[in-house]
Amino acid sequence: MRADLQPRIPAVQAPGTLQARISYTMAQPAGGRFQLDLDAEIPATGITCVFGASGSGKTTLLRCLAGLDRPQAARLTVDGEVWQDENRFMPTHLRRIGYVFQDSSLLPHLSARRNLHYGRDPGDGADTADAVKLLGIEHLLDKFPRQLSGGERQRVALARALLSKPRLLLLDEPLSALDVARKQELLPYLQRLPAELDCPIVHVTHSPDEVARLAAHVLVLDHGECVASGSVTELMASRRLPVNAAGESGVVLETTIAGHDADWNLAEAEYADGRMLIPDPGVAMGGLVRLRILARDISLSHAEEAHSSILNRLPATVERIEESPDTAMCMVHLRVGDSTRLLSRVSRKSSRRLGLAPSSEIYAEIKSVAILQ
Amino acid sequence: MFSPDNLQAIWLTLRLATTATLLLLLIGTPLAWWLARTHSWLRGPVAAIVALPLVLPPTVLGFYLLLALAPAGPIGQLTGALGLGSLAFTFEGLVIGSILYSLPFVVQPIQNAFHAMGDGPLEVAATFGAGPWQRFFTVAIPLARSGFISGSILGFAHTVGEFGVVLMIGGNIPGETRVVSVQIYEQVEALQFGEAHWLAGSMVVFSFLVLLVVYGSIGRHAIPGMRFGN
Repeated sequence: MRADLQPRIPAVQAPGTLQARISYTMAQPAGGRFQLDLDAEIPATGITCVFGASGSGKTTLLRCLAGLDRPQAARLTVDGEVWQDENRFMPTHLRRIGYVFQDSSLLPHLSARRNLHYGRDPGDGADTADAVKLLGIEHLLDKFPRQLSGGERQRVALARALLSKPRLLLLDEPLSALDVARKQELLPYLQRLPAELDCPIVHVTHSPDEVARLAAHVLVLDHGECVASGSVTELMASRRLPVNAAGESGVVLETTIAGHDADWNLAEAEYADGRMLIPDPGVAMGGLVRLRILARDISLSHAEEAHSSILNRLPATVERIEESPDTAMCMVHLRVGDSTRLLSRVSRKSSRRLGLAPSSEIYAEIKSVAILQ
Repeated sequence: MFSPDNLQAIWLTLRLATTATLLLLLIGTPLAWWLARTHSWLRGPVAAIVALPLVLPPTVLGFYLLLALAPAGPIGQLTGALGLGSLAFTFEGLVIGSILYSLPFVVQPIQNAFHAMGDGPLEVAATFGAGPWQRFFTVAIPLARSGFISGSILGFAHTVGEFGVVLMIGGNIPGETRVVSVQIYEQVEALQFGEAHWLAGSMVVFSFLVLLVVYGSIGRHAIPGMRFGN
């Protein structure tokens, strides 16, 4: 076989993918230097959450992606188009991005309507109407940003971002300036974004709850370095997503509604390796529902037919046990079926009494399930 | 009410102030933008030069301008080479003097307004796809509106109130360089107190109204550049 007939290895990359290799040293106003070093690939499907404590470089990363900051060395390509490399630096206004800042992502001297139209081709009337309706901002169009509440401003900013048909959407903690009620109000709009846009969506947050609700992929930043990345289900199950309290540890399951039990207002949620009963979320058959099960809400037992109020009792295998002698509790990593992973937080004493060890067979009793979307 | 001489002086003063203010906006806007945004070491020296007329006696400024505008001076040689002759004791010379003298009153309010605006709106506009020129004209200038208003008013009013520089480089030529402030001086010298009253009183009313507009209408917002007294 001649060499040139060898099948070429294609540049394996889904369309729309963002590839970012950034090395950026910046002087900080308070003195000292901050270094961002990162090599990441962000897919065009689903939301990618950039997670980390404040000062970990999340916002700096977004600013580099947007071209608002210029890293000394970087290679950025979006859908195969080079935005920055050794020879080129494409300025922000040519990058076709949507950027929602923490607050004030709008031009203060223009009405909401003129913010939506600013710098765009007029004549995309149908698009405008769609975006306005999707975000429910019809009644806000003639107001100025200062007359809008924080949540309303963010909705207008999201509409603007959708309208610009971005090749990359950047969300810099868009919920952080909002109170709890407004957060809940805006979340569904964010959850709908991947269905509306087929470009990478990068959402910066320091809230584990937002990660659990929104993320398909997660990139964990710490002191300017990417310390973990992967799908949200994998990162949460392997506890590589640093959450503040052990009580917040848990897993996220992607499920499909496979049946309803109208008598008891329950629904059957099908995950990769089985089904479980959840309170009916009002989603039709086949609809996707994301569940979160906290480690503290799973208890373990040997008996299959315990007389108790537990609805979901899943046969599981212990994979490993995280424990240290100076704490009362331990974290049991479980596998259900082939690939579904759960976390259970039980006392070390219980773990010993049940005789838990890697590959023990056990029943995971799920006390409660949170329906995220 | 006003004698023909006085009317001529008023008209000349208004022409001078209008011309100087328009030119100052043209020169001052890019200068203010640069001062508000540059990180160059030249920022300090340039800002100090712009502010010099605030502290220098007008006679000092006028003295050096007179030397520069004279046929042998650097500006005089240039204008001579261009066939314009010396600009000393001409209306054009007064315009140049007024521009220098009133420069800080126009530049500082605009510079403060550009500064107060911050980077945020310009970055938002960039993410909206606006290039540098579009950002400047559709974001920076509208947002610095109050700075432009107070800069124009202060520049205009300050040029109207100019005396020392005019006397040094303009002399006292009716219809050419005899502005209101010089006319009042002339009338007082000639003991024509009645005539002088009309002009001086008008200046007091005019200045009060100007400041009322500045402090009254824009008073809701902080007025950039109204921090120095004069």
